[in-house]
Amino acid sequence: MNRLHILGLFYRNIILIRRSGPKLFGLFGFVTVALLLWGFLTLWLQDLAPGEAVPDFIILILSAFIFWSLFDLSQRSFGISFLEEVWSRNVINLFAAPVKLSEMVLGFVMVGVAQAFLAFFYVTTLAFLLYALNIWTLGFYIIPFFVNILVFGWALGVVTIGLVVRFGPSADILAFFIPFLLLPFSAVYYPISVYPPVLQTITFALPTRHMFEGMRTAISEGMIPWQEVLWATVLNVVFVVLAFLFLYWMLHLARTRGYLSRLVHD
Amino acid sequence: MAVLCVTDLTKHYNSFTAVDRISFEVREGEIVSLLGPNGAGKTTTIQMLLSLVSPSSGEIQVFGKNLKYHREELLSMMNFSAPYSLLPYNLTPREGLKVFSMLYGVRDHNERANALLEEFNLMELAGRKIGQLSTGEQMRLCVAKAFVNTPRLLLLDEPTSSLDPPTARQLRARILRLIRDSNGAVLWTSHNMREVETVSDRIIFLSRGRIVADDTPGNLKRRFGEDDLEEIFITIAREPIREPP
Repeated sequence: MNRLHILGLFYRNIILIRRSGPKLFGLFGFVTVALLLWGFLTLWLQDLAPGEAVPDFIILILSAFIFWSLFDLSQRSFGISFLEEVWSRNVINLFAAPVKLSEMVLGFVMVGVAQAFLAFFYVTTLAFLLYALNIWTLGFYIIPFFVNILVFGWALGVVTIGLVVRFGPSADILAFFIPFLLLPFSAVYYPISVYPPVLQTITFALPTRHMFEGMRTAISEGMIPWQEVLWATVLNVVFVVLAFLFLYWMLHLARTRGYLSRLVHD
Repeated sequence: MAVLCVTDLTKHYNSFTAVDRISFEVREGEIVSLLGPNGAGKTTTIQMLLSLVSPSSGEIQVFGKNLKYHREELLSMMNFSAPYSLLPYNLTPREGLKVFSMLYGVRDHNERANALLEEFNLMELAGRKIGQLSTGEQMRLCVAKAFVNTPRLLLLDEPTSSLDPPTARQLRARILRLIRDSNGAVLWTSHNMREVETVSDRIIFLSRGRIVADDTPGNLKRRFGEDDLEEIFITIAREPIREPP
């Protein structure tokens, strides 16, 4: 592992984020608008069903929203770090440099971590100021969920890179679409008990389902459901391994069939 | 000493053969031009040398090591420039050179970036976005990037293709000086026959994926009875490929 290779990729992406208004809006703007939307909806739900017998919608729905945004951002920032090389026709320079695939991925992970921390602190502060939601009262309970959410986002980011390498720049839509595909099946805003039995079985394979179900338990019962954390972690490990195997396979195909050079011509 | 040794290198894309059993060497301090008409297999060959494309068969050795098994180690001693792979438009030249110095493992990356900006007369453009530079300036920067790691094997794919004649001459002279200083080896492709004649120690002609001639410019002229490399180029491009016995 060459530290300079990883830092080089990190530096390149940080310059772009720091300098670009649209990129900063992507980091902070969308999440602000969505927080307002979900916040008002939650307040309305709270008004419709007042009393102590109903769940605390603000904390349940807004916490879910914050963690889903984190997942969405971690996947997107990872995919976009690579797409940036494709869009700026730099991908051949990158693959002809003595950078290992693992170094490239670690560089993107560093960019993802930096963005995730920034966005997380921003959105939790905003949620506190607007809705008096203090997610930090969950304390250390949030750490396993935070880490698992980031890692699953990166695993899907690795898959996105593989798809772009295979299908070219036109596959960039996937960088934005993949999390959306998983949203209905991840039990983000509702418990898994609302799913039909067959869907409950199928969605068991999704780490996001265990993260959000576990997080709801942590919020409502004040304890970490270790079984959900364990399943999320085990499934994450499986997804990370599969994502890397997929990327290696796609790169092998790209080198055999000449797709890499097509990335700058398409 | 052979810096680059290519043996029976072949690339098939389904039934199409882009490069067909080519073998050649480039020695230390030598500048070899790889010529051929469009579609002859020059770019595919260069992309195989950069491990962007996997060969269907054959072997590439750089400094006696197989590129397939020592990719990162060997790429750190090589570099390239090509008009289809300019530096990212959203960085400045200084940032671009710094990033690539880091990606090539150069420790004093800030100093290296500044030295190359000076060397290639890019200092006054150092703070502008690369996308705002003219094509010629971007090409110059791309060649500067090819020197970030002081490569011992340099692959230059049409390095002066979008430059006006005085700038092209200046850039050529600069490349030659840097190469002579480092005793590096160069594989150079160009469609400018005067340029090829000026820079090359040896010329390899490719046609339809095969090597049809490999000699010094002087010997090629004698063999083909022509004074002009361009005439030789046209003759070779027209000739049908003879099947090997």
